[in-house]
Amino acid sequence: MGDIILTMKGIDKSFPGVHALDHVDLEVRKGEVLALMGENGAGKSTLMKVLTGIYKKDSGTITYEGKEIEFKNTREAQDAGIVIVHQELNMLGHLTVAQNLFIGREFKKGIRIDDRKMNEEAKKLFDRLNVDIDPTETMSHLTVGKQQMCEIAKAVSFDAKVIIFDEPSAALTESEIEEMFKIIRDLKKKDIAMVYISHRMDEIKVITDRVTVMRDGAYVGTLITEECTKEDIINMMVGRVIYEEPKTESAVPKDAPVVLKVEHLNAGRMVQDVSFELRKGEILGFSGLMGAGRTETARALFGADPKESGDIYVNGKKVTINNPQDAVNCGIGYLSEDRKRYGIVVQKTVAENTTMASMQDFMNGIFIDKKKETEIADKYVEALATKTPGVDQLVVNLSGGNQQKVVIAKWLTRNSDILIFDEPTRGIDVGAKNEIYKLMNKLVEEGKSIIMISSEMTEILRMSDRIVVMCEGKKTGELDISEAKQETIMNLATREIE
Amino acid sequence: MANKKAFGGLKGREIMVLGIIAIMAILFSILSPTFRTYPTLVSVLDNSYYITLMALGVTFPLITGGVDLSIGTGLVSYALIGGYLIVHQNVPVAVGILACIGIGLLIGLFNGALVALMDLPPFLATLCTCMITRGLGPALCGGFGVSWPSAIAEAGAFRKIFKFTTATGTVIPVGIISMIVLVIIMSFVLDHTRVGRYTIAIGSNKEATRLAGVNIKFYHVLAYVISGFFAGLAGVAYAATYATIYPGSGAGFELDAIGGAIVGGVSATGGVGTIFGSFLGVIVICLMKVGLPFIGLQANWQQIFTGIVLIAAVLIDVVKKKE
Repeated sequence: MGDIILTMKGIDKSFPGVHALDHVDLEVRKGEVLALMGENGAGKSTLMKVLTGIYKKDSGTITYEGKEIEFKNTREAQDAGIVIVHQELNMLGHLTVAQNLFIGREFKKGIRIDDRKMNEEAKKLFDRLNVDIDPTETMSHLTVGKQQMCEIAKAVSFDAKVIIFDEPSAALTESEIEEMFKIIRDLKKKDIAMVYISHRMDEIKVITDRVTVMRDGAYVGTLITEECTKEDIINMMVGRVIYEEPKTESAVPKDAPVVLKVEHLNAGRMVQDVSFELRKGEILGFSGLMGAGRTETARALFGADPKESGDIYVNGKKVTINNPQDAVNCGIGYLSEDRKRYGIVVQKTVAENTTMASMQDFMNGIFIDKKKETEIADKYVEALATKTPGVDQLVVNLSGGNQQKVVIAKWLTRNSDILIFDEPTRGIDVGAKNEIYKLMNKLVEEGKSIIMISSEMTEILRMSDRIVVMCEGKKTGELDISEAKQETIMNLATREIE
Repeated sequence: MANKKAFGGLKGREIMVLGIIAIMAILFSILSPTFRTYPTLVSVLDNSYYITLMALGVTFPLITGGVDLSIGTGLVSYALIGGYLIVHQNVPVAVGILACIGIGLLIGLFNGALVALMDLPPFLATLCTCMITRGLGPALCGGFGVSWPSAIAEAGAFRKIFKFTTATGTVIPVGIISMIVLVIIMSFVLDHTRVGRYTIAIGSNKEATRLAGVNIKFYHVLAYVISGFFAGLAGVAYAATYATIYPGSGAGFELDAIGGAIVGGVSATGGVGTIFGSFLGVIVICLMKVGLPFIGLQANWQQIFTGIVLIAAVLIDVVKKKE
């Protein structure tokens, strides 16, 4: 194993209300592939953003090639030889491969861009990496896999000494991954150090030399890949103390009627043959890692995205849901994980947002009955304890927790019986979280049924009566809360897919 | 109106525009004795009707975050066709008027279908219909100018809706009353009906509105239909105000209306705006149009000043947003 090229020591970083990194250590050696693992929100990406100058650290030191450094931006990090290959491809589809590779540092001949030289240089680069891509091809004509190769080639062209891969395989097919691994092995021989962020256990075993595990913003430990099992890694990932008492048994009677039944739902790569049932008064947790297809399942069910096939039954009756209107008419309400984009209309008032899904009940002839609208909004502000100076307040001025309550009020006003909470407490501070939990429990007591998508293990264990686990677009398991443990869930969530 | 107050700056914006109107009126009156006469006032109003009507309509697509560029050439085209039917095909004046409005409505529907159903960018879609309507009138009417029946003729009675001349020769600009009534009606539509509510919602967050189960396609199309309908009305007003309608004219009219709406506080990115604001904005534009020549500046200067006022108006929005 090579010499240490990069050391991060005691890195600390806080955002308002969140201690994102708590004195994290990381050590990368020349010519090795280091896996960086952890649950959603463990702090992997934040750590890499601190390294490459996107975030400024609060304290701690970064030593690179023997010198203490702190980059002000990614450009500086690039120039020093530390490059990130992102999960989302940052390619300009209308330009050629070569133009993409050298964007911002084009070769010039006088004032003219020297396209021929760029093509030649790109060709040399691809030859060096043993990749077969035509530099003059338009980028959008390449497959995702080939585009990913270009990203890697671009990183290499910066004379990178450290390359960070942020879930590089998420969009690739098996053979494309194999091709990428070939390049990675090649780079290893050239003594380049690599950090590989991924959730796929099988890949970790194949391509990495060591595994560093993070949990809740802290460093947990480092293992030699060859010497450890998948279980060792999972135990390190989830081995937290659960402060809130998890639910031990389901509060829902076994014979409670099924209010929603989904059979063989298919919608693209992210939703493959998903089936489940939701009972009256139940909170059904959807667990899984990022990109497991949970949100996509919810959106397909709600009619927000098109689906290919699948049957949906509401209260035993088969229904057709082609768009959100159909879903709303079936009594389904969707509370998006991205409230600002999909949940609320920020420039409108609390009252206007409250009645958004049920305008037809607030009409007086052709006119909106603003008095009635104000009354119902007032009622829910009181019932949900929404903190707002008044119902004519613009929603944009409320805190995250209170915005969430306005969205809940919207669906309660519509009298929706089935509520899909997608990450109900994301971006909400701790105190307000508890209020949302209490509210959800009250809702199911009143006979509503809830599907709760959550990436927080504690939230899943505390709220759910039953848990559906997904991995890469497929349902990999279903657990009653009485038999659910962190380890079993994580095992299902990282199940290797053949 | 809780709604208005909640929209923050808007009410302030309206007061500001009112202030600008007052300052302009006073300034022109001081600098030019002929400006502060009754005929000038009538002239300002005469010139404002078709622009006001366009602005009332185009406020809807603007609030959805779109635009309608077809209203200028459109209104001339509709007036041309209506006039052709009356003068050359001998249809009753009322039918000509209905044809004018009806074609406007259909073009609006066409715009709405292109934008809301086929997802064409509003700028592009309505630019195309702008070209189409520019050619449509002359193509159907043989390429000649048309004069709707004059005020003296019996069939010209419709002109009295806008300008009433008494037996003693006094001119009363009654059109302003219709304008005020329409401003009140459309303010009500925007503030107190589902059509208005969803128009604003689509402009502020289309996806969230869709996920609330609203039939956004319908309301999105409707915004363009309203715009087209008012372009038709503007065609009638134009025919009533001016003696002859010339084929191929009308390009640029829409800019007065859109500019007025934006001066009046309609956000160029959608979601924000009031009918009253658009109305006031149009008055600013019209005052410049008629007033600047009185203080010795050519009509061309009106364009330059309008541009500058627009930049100022948009800048205020941008700065306010940053705060």
